[in-house]
Amino acid sequence: MARVAVDVMLKSEILDPQGKAVERAADRLGYSTIASVRQGKRFELQIDGPVDAAALASIHELAESLLANTVIEDFTVRVEDN
Amino acid sequence: MSPRVGVVTFPGSLDDRDAQRAIRLAGAEPVALWHGTTDLSEVDAVVLPGGFSYGDYLRAGAIARFAPIMTSIIDAANDGMPVFGICNGFQVLCESHLLPGALTRNDHLHFICRDQKLRIENTTSAFTSGFNTNQEIVIPLKNGEGSYIADERTLDELEATGRIIARYIDGNPNGSRRDIAGITNEAGNVVGLMPHPEHAVEAGFGPSLDGLTFFTSVLSRLVNA
Repeated sequence: MARVAVDVMLKSEILDPQGKAVERAADRLGYSTIASVRQGKRFELQIDGPVDAAALASIHELAESLLANTVIEDFTVRVEDN
Repeated sequence: MSPRVGVVTFPGSLDDRDAQRAIRLAGAEPVALWHGTTDLSEVDAVVLPGGFSYGDYLRAGAIARFAPIMTSIIDAANDGMPVFGICNGFQVLCESHLLPGALTRNDHLHFICRDQKLRIENTTSAFTSGFNTNQEIVIPLKNGEGSYIADERTLDELEATGRIIARYIDGNPNGSRRDIAGITNEAGNVVGLMPHPEHAVEAGFGPSLDGLTFFTSVLSRLVNA
């Protein structure tokens, strides 16, 4: 079965408090070379049938309407396993 | 017959009963609306209450926005029906694109629960017409994701068109852009507010009776319609 990953990240200009909290914790643990952390979401979709142009278009539609809020987030769609 | 105001209950709504009580105290008849229905024929206005619909999964309001009743509410709102989103309800209205922008996590990361002073800046919307311009009120605020955000162009437009209904004063509690506590749509029938007026409607409960005016405002609009 085909697998498609949708990654959703807060836009760069939006404050990411969770990423900041992780960043501070990493620093406390001594990982001094980690300059910044951004936290996002990853959705893994199992797809019935081939991931063709129509399937990708419908995944984009889903990402735009439900998985991401494009006011504050960007998303990428990647076919992992076709 | 007094106007009927529906209050939607989503899985995870918390303040639906308080909203019903506020509507009753304002003199209207509250009507419980289940999220799975699409029928709004029994109501003249709708309140989307506070809480954690669908556990805030995905994003606050993101799943509720696709509940069956929201399709009807979006159509009705576009036809002019008064719709008031409080806290999680405000988040649902933004996710539905009935209101611009989004609500993100408080900039200091903490859930905040306190009595909050606001200045009412719009006295023409369906839910603020009973206030005086620049009236200062105190109502409870309780949220983790109350930081209002929109692009600069949208913020400028909201200010220029008088669509910021209320701003936080004496300190911004969550990092909201331009101290925004609530906004309305262009027509003034859809209003979103982060603090909770339904918790300030009865003597002895809450910091004031200031919240009642949001509900009496819509009542007078419905009676005079």
